[in-house]
Amino acid sequence: MIALDNVRQAAQRYRERSFSAIQKEPNIDISHQVLLYVEGLSVSFDGFKALNDLNLYINDGELRCLIGANGAGKTTLMDVITGKTRPDSGDVYFGQTIDLLGKTEAEIAQLGIGRKFQKPTVFEEQSVFANLELAMKVNKGITSTLFARLSPSELDWISQVLDTIGLKSHYTMMAGALSHGQKQWLEIGMLLIADPRLMLVDEPVAGMTAQETERTAELLTSLAGERTVVVVEHDMEFVRSIAKTVTVLHQGSVLAEGSMSDVQNNPAVIEVYLGEEH
Amino acid sequence: MNAIRNQFSSLHDLREKAPLFLALLFGITIFASACNLWVPEDSIFYVSTYTITLLGKYLCYALLALAVDVVWGYCGILSLGHGAFFALGGYTMGMYLMRQIGDRGVYGDPILPDFMVFLNWQELPWFWYGFDHFWVAMLAMILVPGLLAFVFGWLAFRSRVAGVYLSIMTQALTYALMLSFFRNEMGFGGNNGLTDFKDILGFSLQSDSVRVVLFLCSALVLALAYCCSLLIMSSRFGRVIVGIRDAEDRARFIGFKTENYKVWLFVYSAVLAAIAGALYVPQVGIINPGEFSPLNSIEVVVWVAVGGRGTLYGAIAGALLVNYAKTRFTAVFPEAWLFALGALFVSVTIFLPKGLMGLFKGRKLFSSEGLPWLKGRRKGEETQ
Repeated sequence: MIALDNVRQAAQRYRERSFSAIQKEPNIDISHQVLLYVEGLSVSFDGFKALNDLNLYINDGELRCLIGANGAGKTTLMDVITGKTRPDSGDVYFGQTIDLLGKTEAEIAQLGIGRKFQKPTVFEEQSVFANLELAMKVNKGITSTLFARLSPSELDWISQVLDTIGLKSHYTMMAGALSHGQKQWLEIGMLLIADPRLMLVDEPVAGMTAQETERTAELLTSLAGERTVVVVEHDMEFVRSIAKTVTVLHQGSVLAEGSMSDVQNNPAVIEVYLGEEH
Repeated sequence: MNAIRNQFSSLHDLREKAPLFLALLFGITIFASACNLWVPEDSIFYVSTYTITLLGKYLCYALLALAVDVVWGYCGILSLGHGAFFALGGYTMGMYLMRQIGDRGVYGDPILPDFMVFLNWQELPWFWYGFDHFWVAMLAMILVPGLLAFVFGWLAFRSRVAGVYLSIMTQALTYALMLSFFRNEMGFGGNNGLTDFKDILGFSLQSDSVRVVLFLCSALVLALAYCCSLLIMSSRFGRVIVGIRDAEDRARFIGFKTENYKVWLFVYSAVLAAIAGALYVPQVGIINPGEFSPLNSIEVVVWVAVGGRGTLYGAIAGALLVNYAKTRFTAVFPEAWLFALGALFVSVTIFLPKGLMGLFKGRKLFSSEGLPWLKGRRKGEETQ
């Protein structure tokens, strides 16, 4: 856990030194403790209702797990929040004031919403280091990327994240040459380095060894509080080990919400989802 | 870790890769020029003016290939219409050269170029105004293709058109331009195009020294374009571009407005192609709508594929080699050339997916000492 403390300190230093001056922080109003509002959201693809009047509220600093069978709408929900898919109806607000619908993926990312894909997606033809460099929270305009140089504090920050994700010794390696689990970690690192307010993490432990899974759980729990983390995961053991609040999706809407044991004892949930385990 | 900071500065790549390239380019061009101007004609070292012009033409093609490599090799935008920007650049230069003829044309009209007199036009169309000034022509050479690329790119990339659909659209673009430039009413000389040029900036285009200067200018511009592209591609901007090529969604979700990046790069590439066209026309002495032909644009893609994508020097080498082969081949077996080109393309795609330069990469050409970024790349290749 020492590494995690370090990363927190480095993040702090990095924030103070570099971008508070360069970049204005988006002003997110969380006066009601809710960071993300999803209300009455419906999305359909060719008549299939992927999301059906879905309501979801994520509190600031919370670690939330989303579970649900295939096709329950978990990934579609993430697509809508991050601007990839336009919903048919409903509202998505970031804090009290920022309407996410109608913003592009890049604008949403710059507001501080990071996303890890279900299938690990990194820049395979570039080094681990370059992957992190690109994901860093800096000015993403054309002119500033043309003339960008790494500052010592940015370098320090990248180095800390490399430590945290356990890829310090692989930083010159092409990302495409990493193992599946390492790619997952790199992608988590790319989220981490952007210093997001809200992290949407789609299946973070798929393809990881038991030990790697444990470390991921440790990392995600330690991030909550400072950041808000939403995890989609199929691995029930993993969910059990990290979750305080679990939301169960079924056919595009929320079936149940509560602590893991509440949800597990909910008859409706047992019937449609957990029931399969028994 | 501090070492990597230096490798991530753009100057690093320039220091690493440019000297060898520049030495080769200028070494050969200056030697050839000197052999043309100062060596007597009966010496074996004499280089004829015909050869100088031919080499100058190759250098223009190399610049065009560089432009295609910038968008295709680095950003995965397969443009099958770069000939359009090349030809537009050529036409702006051609218009300037046309106006320089003055009353020395066949019909002796002091203002109207011959083809307009032939068509019974009474006055110069408005878009020909100002082309008697070199700087206006140069400005148009950058602005017209740049604007076309901007509008085209903005519409295509914002609507997220990519892959083969985009390639077909670029192909349609150049084809449409070809058809319209073939029309006499367009005011660009119809299917004869613009030709019979006399002089440029007051110097006769027929003289050996002007030919040599044009040839050296082509080399200089190619060198500048190479260094400039190298700087761009080794900056963070270049890494974003490669990122867009490999995982555009990822680039979007970490906050890059990828459409803007692609439009910028497309315009940059189009301007390079236009400059190549403008240098080409005074050397070959003619520009006609045939330059818009879709086949030309496809040929450029073959040069880049043969040389090797995404390296810049590969595109240049590919353009020079294939065009040299074309000159040689068409002299012996003119009708077999297209078959040979096709066979070359197919075999390179199958046996050398990284092009001829892929053979050298990581060998001695560019030492990777103190260059972990390159080492990593090779490690990556081995395990894949």
